[in-house]
Amino acid sequence: MNTYDKPLPRITDQSRRFWESARSGVIELPRCDSCGAFHTYFEPWCNVCGHEGAHWDPVSPQGRIWANCRFHKTYFAGFDEDVPYNVAIVELDDGPRLVTNIIDLESGSLSEMPIGMRVEAVFEAVTDEVTLIKFRPASTMGRER
Amino acid sequence: MTAMGSNRASGVAVVGVATTDFGRLEGHDATTLGIWALREAAADAGITLAEIDGLIVHRLNDYQKLIQITNMVPGVLAAMPGEGRMTSGTIQLAVQAILSGMATTVALVYGNDGRSAGARYGGASDTYGTGADQLWAPYGMTSPGAVHAMQFQRHANRFGTSADQLGAISVTFREHALLNPSAVMRKRITLEDYREARFICEPLRLLDYCLINDGGVAMILTRADRARDARAKPVYIHGVAQTSRIAQGEFAEDFGYGAMQTVATRMRSMTGSGPDSVDALMIYDNFTPSVIFALEGFGFCQPGEAGAFVEEGGLSLTGRYPANTSGGHLSESYMQGWALNVEAVRQLRRGLGARQVSEAETVQYIQGGPLPATVVYGTEPL
Repeated sequence: MNTYDKPLPRITDQSRRFWESARSGVIELPRCDSCGAFHTYFEPWCNVCGHEGAHWDPVSPQGRIWANCRFHKTYFAGFDEDVPYNVAIVELDDGPRLVTNIIDLESGSLSEMPIGMRVEAVFEAVTDEVTLIKFRPASTMGRER
Repeated sequence: MTAMGSNRASGVAVVGVATTDFGRLEGHDATTLGIWALREAAADAGITLAEIDGLIVHRLNDYQKLIQITNMVPGVLAAMPGEGRMTSGTIQLAVQAILSGMATTVALVYGNDGRSAGARYGGASDTYGTGADQLWAPYGMTSPGAVHAMQFQRHANRFGTSADQLGAISVTFREHALLNPSAVMRKRITLEDYREARFICEPLRLLDYCLINDGGVAMILTRADRARDARAKPVYIHGVAQTSRIAQGEFAEDFGYGAMQTVATRMRSMTGSGPDSVDALMIYDNFTPSVIFALEGFGFCQPGEAGAFVEEGGLSLTGRYPANTSGGHLSESYMQGWALNVEAVRQLRRGLGARQVSEAETVQYIQGGPLPATVVYGTEPL
């Protein structure tokens, strides 16, 4: 684990719960106490209804690919060996969208991870503290990493 | 109702424009590039710097140095942050300052030393509003190019827009750059060259990206009623409009079309200008997909039809909307909209030789992105 050299999230007091949940295999997001909107930012203010106050709620680990691309250039240390690597936005069945990587593809081409494809979360521990939430095609359910 | 003794102006004109060289300009910083452009723009207008009573700088980082060296005494002064989305807002502030009577003559000065300074887009220093340091970077997600790649994928998925259609944009603007001695990229490219260019963030290739370079641009605006005294033929600003969609984040569900329609409607009610009346377009082309989105968002093409429109030559010099006749950000230089606004003025002054749009009377600058905006320029006062 100490050789992991990709960027790690800058975990704050506001976001710690998100990363702790990921470590235990659950996606939890802040949710507005008033209107119920999920947030993909870690602040108490709701950008839908303006309410101040949010709680944590689990969301479905399943969803669909909403957008995709594939990096051939590296911008961060640690990705040099990975190029080309994909990045996707997954829209969870509960609505929120997460930036992620799609894993368990045959060749890694974009055509294997089209917009609209169903995917499910895979929790990948990259350090003792950080577990990243990646996704794989839903049809590969049950495969262990 | 006009109050007695009001100093409000009834219109605004551009009386001076200048662009520096573009490329790698060693020995200059963004501020000195701005000073270079400002001095030439003042000379173009036939005025001295002392006659300028408003100054708004964009991107260049040291307005203090600029003012000390130029010995200006602005009564209106602002410095805008370096994002290209701020360009139209900068013009908007200058127009407001003049219309309200707070200033008579305003210089807009832009300087960019991105190439010499090694400016990078993407990576640890880019933050993108909320959460990128936690929710993007660990997955290797970064860069405006990747944002556009993903938005284009959604457009392609929904409308069938193709990479070759992006290539047509790149090739068209390069053809225009061949006619512009100031353009950085002056080697002809073909669609085949486009297809063979390396991927940066797939599906986007090198030739889908704009060119980071050094350069400066300046525009001098004044009251329309004083513009007739200017050395160069005045060009009139008919309207400026913008609206924010920043709250929607980087990935607008509708490619930003709702926000662009708001801006287009505002411009239409302000000036009567729109797709039926415009002779040429200047389109903020940081990436080729931005051109598709802007054409459809501002109503120059129906949603899903811009790809075919560009492929059929709609943006070429003989097309319905000759666009980015300087080569644009893709082939002239990425001056964050400023050089495109200057090109609009130059088209309306006429005399651009082979790249002149014949009898151009109205040119519209359009910019999509998180802060969609537009400026309409005309040969005559509105």
